[in-house]
Amino acid sequence: MKTIKQIIAVTALNLRNIPQRLASSVVAVVGVGAVVLVFAAVLSMAAGLERTMLSAGSDDTAIILRNGSTSELNSGLSNEQTLIVSNAPGVLKDGNEPIVSSELYVVVDVKKRSNQSDANVPFRGVQASAFDVRHNVTISDGRMFEEGKNEIIVGRSAQQEFMGLETGKTIRFGQNEWLVVGTFDANGSVSESELWTDVRVLQSTYRRGNSFQSIRVKLESPESIETLEQALAEDPRIDADVLTEREYYSSQSQGLVQFIKLIGYPLTLLMAIGAVFGALNSMYSSVSVRGKEIATLRALGFGPTAVLVSTVVESVILALAGGALGGLLAYLVFNGFQVSTLNGPSFSQVVFDFAVTPELLGQGMRAALLIGVVGGLFPAIRAARLPVATALREL
Amino acid sequence: MKYFGLIWKNVWRKKIRTSLTLLSVFVAFLLFALLSALGYAFKSGEDVADAERLVIIDKVSLINPLPMAYKNRIAATEGVHSVAHASWFGGYYQDPRNQFAQFPTDPYEYFSMYPELEMPEEQLENWAKNRQGAVLGRELAEQFGIKVGDRIPIQATIWTKADGGRTWEFDIEGIFGTNDPRGSTAFFLFHYDYFEEARAFGKGTVGWYILRVTPDADPVQVANAIDLQFANSPNETETSTEAAFAQSFAKQFGNIALIVTMILGAVFFTLLLVSGNTMSQSVRERISELAVLKTVGFTDRAVLGIVLAEAVLIMLMGGLLGLGIGWLLVQGAAQQLGAFLPGIFLSGEAILTAVGIMIGAGIVAGIFPALKAMRLSIIDALARA
Amino acid sequence: MSETLATLTGVSKTYQKGKEKVEVLHNLDLQIPAGDFIAIMGPSGSGKTTLLNLLGGLDKPSSGTVRVGDAELSSMSNSQLSHWRSTNVGFIFQFYNLLPVLTAQKNVELPLLLTDFSGKERAKRASIALEIVGLGDRAKHYPRELSGGQEQRVAIARAVVSDPALLLCDEPTGDLDRETADEILKLLQILNREHGKTIVMVTHDAQAAEYANRILHCDKGTLEAREAV
Repeated sequence: MKTIKQIIAVTALNLRNIPQRLASSVVAVVGVGAVVLVFAAVLSMAAGLERTMLSAGSDDTAIILRNGSTSELNSGLSNEQTLIVSNAPGVLKDGNEPIVSSELYVVVDVKKRSNQSDANVPFRGVQASAFDVRHNVTISDGRMFEEGKNEIIVGRSAQQEFMGLETGKTIRFGQNEWLVVGTFDANGSVSESELWTDVRVLQSTYRRGNSFQSIRVKLESPESIETLEQALAEDPRIDADVLTEREYYSSQSQGLVQFIKLIGYPLTLLMAIGAVFGALNSMYSSVSVRGKEIATLRALGFGPTAVLVSTVVESVILALAGGALGGLLAYLVFNGFQVSTLNGPSFSQVVFDFAVTPELLGQGMRAALLIGVVGGLFPAIRAARLPVATALREL
Repeated sequence: MKYFGLIWKNVWRKKIRTSLTLLSVFVAFLLFALLSALGYAFKSGEDVADAERLVIIDKVSLINPLPMAYKNRIAATEGVHSVAHASWFGGYYQDPRNQFAQFPTDPYEYFSMYPELEMPEEQLENWAKNRQGAVLGRELAEQFGIKVGDRIPIQATIWTKADGGRTWEFDIEGIFGTNDPRGSTAFFLFHYDYFEEARAFGKGTVGWYILRVTPDADPVQVANAIDLQFANSPNETETSTEAAFAQSFAKQFGNIALIVTMILGAVFFTLLLVSGNTMSQSVRERISELAVLKTVGFTDRAVLGIVLAEAVLIMLMGGLLGLGIGWLLVQGAAQQLGAFLPGIFLSGEAILTAVGIMIGAGIVAGIFPALKAMRLSIIDALARA
Repeated sequence: MSETLATLTGVSKTYQKGKEKVEVLHNLDLQIPAGDFIAIMGPSGSGKTTLLNLLGGLDKPSSGTVRVGDAELSSMSNSQLSHWRSTNVGFIFQFYNLLPVLTAQKNVELPLLLTDFSGKERAKRASIALEIVGLGDRAKHYPRELSGGQEQRVAIARAVVSDPALLLCDEPTGDLDRETADEILKLLQILNREHGKTIVMVTHDAQAAEYANRILHCDKGTLEAREAV
């Protein structure tokens, strides 16, 4: 109890002393702040990308691709095969009609707003049932395309990120002109990075005959995917991979997310090591500036534990202040910041927002705490061991 | 230089403090080395591009194939010296994670288009003779332990064979390197004829064309002539220099460079703060000593120089060490990741920039304490002692 | 009497202390012959140290002229003064003011860094200076490994290493015990008598002042001379 009282008293003294060594305290705070800022900024990219990709995927929708395809872009299915899938067991029916959407996926060049440079934008041919197999996709502006016409609707993110996709505008891909008739909203998911048109129109424009690239089906229940998988495996006319939409999108984002994490974590670790040096420096100078004060306290009868703990506490307070500052800055600057990048497997752009999530901020604060403890400990030991008599005489 | 002993001693006055500062500088430049090597990977292609090489892709998208029939028409265009073509195969070796670039192409055409690739003449001839033959870059061969004479399977993700199979087997006939230190060799080449004959669909097309213009031709004019030739056809083309093509492709990744720059900015801001603070602390502590130097006859400018040199020295020591270790790590990473992220390279330009930053940061960190030391009034300083 | 080394003519020095002007020296005239050993005594704030600073070119008078040897100090620029100090004057302080990061040898060499001597020549001269002060065997020691008296000897060696004509001492024995102080003062006397150094020493200590040829009393900005016994 007595020690705790002493710790509080000494800590209060330390903190009151901060203005006298403002520079080195600020350096420690800023150093830790920078670590948390960079950590949250880099990892918020991964978090945002994951959120965008995974919010598109549900467990009761299955996606069927040609066996061995790494993405829709590589896949190919004949009209006959799509009929086999539609009539397979496990597929949810609306009355007599199975809820399925056979789709075509191509890539077109559209200029990015940020650098006016061509980017691979996904262009999807869909049937009206595309809205039934997906969650939360709604026309938010304008109207749905008319079947058989060169009309497109564009995802909200795509509209924000790329040029010339406003409703009412005409955009040209190669020899063909397309009229933008509406915008659709998909809760920020990856679908919003896409342009949609009638699959039949896209088939004829890109000379794909009557073939498709993927089929999405609504499942009777998440478990019925096994029924479907088995039925298709036994059918010699089709050689297909069956995945839940969630599995599919998580495999699509894995590479990029791993890549960002592979950069982000070591980067943060290195920076954190740098910040520990900054904190150490600051606390050593704090101890050396307060040498006489510490010695006086010791002469008055304060114990070495109180001196030690209070020094660590001071360091932790500075580090947490820095962490909070860095986290706040990361949130204000990066959260919701929209970017788009080329996603490997589908070789097309995915538009996503940086997401500075509470989990990231929590991890950042834990890192700050750790930096504070490590940065304070060694100087604290020195402070506690300071020979009282020498320190008193020296200063 | 004769002041070096004095400066050196001052640097090590407080060993712990100097070590900590050195370590944070070290970390900052280690990061610099790693991030700039990574940034280089994203814009690689650009610097190794040949100004006399043009790339022709489909105007709608790089992924749309072009008719094989275009080849003779391109070759006949004025100013075109030679043409080669390649396609994207998109397979993997053994495990789906082992993805690298495979291109079906024509052996002689490809190697004369890319003279920077180096392979024994005999291996090229063997490859040309073997329909199922293939060659691969040294980076890949080393990574996967593949040798000449091996027969290896590549799993297709796009190109199923006409017989429904997805496993393509190849005889390795050669391993090539490159004489451009920045160029990547992380790719695999095989016969277009074999590809064309065995694939189930897409026959009669290639992914893209590469052409070399004659030395006296204007590449821009040639590009325009080619695009005009195919205008209003079902497959309009877009011809650009190799550099422009690489650049526009790199831009697809978005503002990686901007993000890297922002991170480095944060790192260096912190670094300057930490070391600047240390420097001024160190100067504050020995004001009387600096006054003694002046009393003895050191000029204001000499004192300024000594304090500045101390700061720059700390930056250079920590920075060069960080850069050195970073360079070693980049070498290692280039070997480990070469197949997936080719072009990781710490360029001479980046090293020079780093050294410039070290000196600049040393000056910025040291200038205020140094000016303070220079303007020091001897009398006041001695009175304080 | 031999020729004059330093001449102060009509020297006044005022400092701005907050809003007030404080006159430390008032219309002072002083001649210091070459080879002299002068002790300046007086209470704190009487202008002793200011006088020393003016003689050493660390400070400039508000009015009047300071001439040392051929140099008119009051009209020289700061960098000219720096250069002049490096060869013409040696300082000895109460607290020695050695650089803690350098050995005794390197501390003594410090002023020679400002000359064109080679490293070998610098080392040789520093060794000689250390021999003169009797510390030839302590060359490799750092200041913290030396006693107060030894530190002051190193400081004296540093002051004489560039062979200046004038040595200025500010309370050179103020931090030393009697016995050590006497040794230091004897050393100064030797430097004065055998090496011909002109010495001006500010001191509080009457016994120390006895070592000088003459004693000047400084009070309220004026000097009053009293010949040594």
